Amino acid sequence: MASPTAGPYRLLGARVPYVEGPLKVTGRAEYTDDLRRPGQLVGRLLRSPWPHARLVSIDVAAARAIPGVHAVLTGEKYPIPFGVLPITHDETAIAVERSRYIGDIIAAVAADDERTAEAALAAVRCEVEPLPEYADPQTGLARVAAPIHARGLNGSNIQKEVVQHFGDVDAALATAAKTVRVRGTFAGVTHAFTEPLATIAEATPDGRLTVWSATQVPHYLHRALSEVLGIPMHRIRVIKPEVGGGFGGKSDPLPHEIVCAALAIETGRPVKILVDREDVFYTNHGRHPTQNDVRIATDADGRILAYDIDAVIDGGAWSSFGTVTTYYNGVLSMGPYRVPNFRYRGRRVYTTKPPSGAMRAHGGTNIRYSVEVALDRLAEELGLDPFELRARNALPPNSTTVNDFEITSTSFLKCLAAARERSGWDRKFRRLPYGRGVGLGCGFYISGSNSPIHFTPKMPQSTVHLKVDMDGGIAVHSMQADIGQGSNTLLAMIVAEVLGVALDRVHVQRVDSDVSPIDLGSYSSRVTFMMGNAARSAALDLRAQVVRGAAELLGAPPEQLEVVFERIQRKDDPHRGVPFLDALHRAMEGTGALTATGSYQTRPKGGSFKGARAGTAPAYSFAAYVAEVTVDAETGEYAVDKIWAAFDCGRPLNRLAVEGQIEGSIHMGLGQLMGETMSYRGSRLLNPSLLEYKIPAPQQMPEVEVLLVGDDDPEGPFGAKEAGEGPLVATLPAVANALYDAIGCRFTELPITPDRVVRALDLRGKEGRPWKGA
Amino acid sequence: MSAAEAVRFRLNGQPVSAPCEASRILLDLLREDLHLTGTKRGCDLGTCGCCTVLIDGRPTLSCLTLARLADGREVTTIEGATPRQGLSRLQRAFVEHGATQCGFCTPGFVLTATALLAERPHPTRDEIERAISGNLCRCTGYLKIVEAIEAAARGGD
Repeated sequence: MASPTAGPYRLLGARVPYVEGPLKVTGRAEYTDDLRRPGQLVGRLLRSPWPHARLVSIDVAAARAIPGVHAVLTGEKYPIPFGVLPITHDETAIAVERSRYIGDIIAAVAADDERTAEAALAAVRCEVEPLPEYADPQTGLARVAAPIHARGLNGSNIQKEVVQHFGDVDAALATAAKTVRVRGTFAGVTHAFTEPLATIAEATPDGRLTVWSATQVPHYLHRALSEVLGIPMHRIRVIKPEVGGGFGGKSDPLPHEIVCAALAIETGRPVKILVDREDVFYTNHGRHPTQNDVRIATDADGRILAYDIDAVIDGGAWSSFGTVTTYYNGVLSMGPYRVPNFRYRGRRVYTTKPPSGAMRAHGGTNIRYSVEVALDRLAEELGLDPFELRARNALPPNSTTVNDFEITSTSFLKCLAAARERSGWDRKFRRLPYGRGVGLGCGFYISGSNSPIHFTPKMPQSTVHLKVDMDGGIAVHSMQADIGQGSNTLLAMIVAEVLGVALDRVHVQRVDSDVSPIDLGSYSSRVTFMMGNAARSAALDLRAQVVRGAAELLGAPPEQLEVVFERIQRKDDPHRGVPFLDALHRAMEGTGALTATGSYQTRPKGGSFKGARAGTAPAYSFAAYVAEVTVDAETGEYAVDKIWAAFDCGRPLNRLAVEGQIEGSIHMGLGQLMGETMSYRGSRLLNPSLLEYKIPAPQQMPEVEVLLVGDDDPEGPFGAKEAGEGPLVATLPAVANALYDAIGCRFTELPITPDRVVRALDLRGKEGRPWKGA
Repeated sequence: MSAAEAVRFRLNGQPVSAPCEASRILLDLLREDLHLTGTKRGCDLGTCGCCTVLIDGRPTLSCLTLARLADGREVTTIEGATPRQGLSRLQRAFVEHGATQCGFCTPGFVLTATALLAERPHPTRDEIERAISGNLCRCTGYLKIVEAIEAAARGGD
């Protein structure tokens, strides 16, 4: 099934279909809701209709009295706060004393069936005292009457303030030849994964708790369950069935997961909670609504002298990943460029709205948009081609940024060259007729967060176990979480590549904390890099064991042998060799099944200042995208005709999966750019459905030409870097800059809807600024 | 029909008779009562297409369909669209072209495309895009799904 590779490897670098594909196209892949435990109860959640309220009393007596109701829980039973970051534990499984947004969980029931559960929820009586609503983060910057959380900065709703200054920005601004300022406004967007959130929990008489959940990060869920429920981790077993998309929305431990486990403990019965689609929107943890204010200064030749950035980020009701988000909105703005002076203030503010969190290209998307639009303006005002401006500022390989990020491999200049040439840029830029245009947007993203979130940093970020018995099938265990991106396939490919065996010998096992060694899961674009290195190391160990068996059979020392497809042979005499299975069986004599372990641990990185580790990564991806658009100047509607996506993910290990990540990222980026909006009236979400929250349709997708131009990364497995999130960020500014080329209008408020295009065209008309003859 | 009367229809080629309240939704009947979990529950509101089944060959959102409306008709789920051994040509094309990522939307797409190819064996790209526009996919950007359907129409690659 795999196509041949161009490079030095048999499998790596080819287009390899996903190993679980046959199960998915037949409906045989098992997602959480497809599982059913004997005696399973239905768990349901009562959600708050109040934006902000003190819970005076909750009367559940009538609910408990309904036949078929097995448990009704309120917040005081499990009040221990949790959260994905150990430094900001401010969530509870069920609201305690206070409800902080419409959608906050205030009670939970377990019942025989759905109808009984609904009746129980309807019978819960709450007495509340309304508290002030804080929908706009601007109102939370100063001291407020009733802070949403006690930990708000100085009595305000500020959850996190980051202030950073490297170099001397004021001096740079004073000497700059050119300074531009972009003030961007970004609506919140959400993941809209197709599989709704779902969890099953079962507490058994042996004192153990088993939790099946649609999660991207089984390990952090494992920790949170233990902390909140007060059960040691070794008595909890977390299983990740197939997961129907995540994009960051299944990376926090979520309240319903803990509630489900609590209900299972209360009732002694298995409990399933399906979070319905509307409540998935309320659970959110999507991209933060953001306002940023970016000033970029250059010298007369277009060399960047300074960035000066301020960002106000709407966090919603909880912290989630917010401290990281606040740093990222600053520190991820710099690469792929050299920025000698940098000043940033970021404030993430609690509001009485659904929590914001991590969403694909977390923290890097909104700031990237404003930076790339500013660079497009700078190029125009300096009379430089946008490619030339970028090239002059490119960080070279093996350089260090002003905030101590180590840039090892970068093929950014190759990305620029490929996108420019393939798109026909020089024929098109400012030369297409009015209404048509091309634009350049670039990007940069972490290839895995260098620092694990938890506080046991001496543990590896990823561990992989292999086991092979006489059948010659290789079982692979790791807690890495395939959520559709193809990490199981890559894991199998790496093991098969190193061992020289057929791909169908390798069986990646379902994530199960009882048997899977820890990998921190699918977030921060870390899996290929970290799991890949761990898998390589485990497979090298196993290969050495099998080669020793071959050495005994061939009467030659292991260093004189080489591994080829399904065979181990003498380097000097390839006719003298043994099949893989024979070597394996010899190696197993006296020992039984062979096992091997591999792990990957990041090396310490970053400076010594506060927050220095945020944004450090073992490697970074780079992107240069050209978008071509056609605008209807009457209706404001526009089409993105084509995107040339030049991307540096190091060596692409599975080209099919890398293309899939790039195409999917472009779709998601276009969604945010063209229309997706978490729409609010005050704190009330107005569009919690996939009908009203519209993701782009097939007809809105441009043609995509993927250009993979990366050189091998020195630390990445087989030279690879991430391709899961970096491909998103360049999409939005590439299209916005193309719209400018088409119609001469700049857009600083997202999404860019047709009515905003019409208004911008009206404004341009009033200003009397003709554009390309129109 | 009274409250507990049975609904009778052909399901994946076999006759079935299931007790069914008048308000029972077809998706619930399939998943919860008949344990056919290949049909996915994505929204319960007819907005995502994950629950698509074929009724008399036409793509139908089972989450918006009363089970009794299937009475006397032919219902095909993904289980019925799958050969006993191996994969259909369309399913093979989805695998080979990387048209699945998370896979949750995939059964719905396969059934929608099955119906399209039965009606239009050589659809244009525009016809494919229109046919699948009621099925949401958040992973692939649709490009590889369209490629897979085109490849299956060509006779597979």
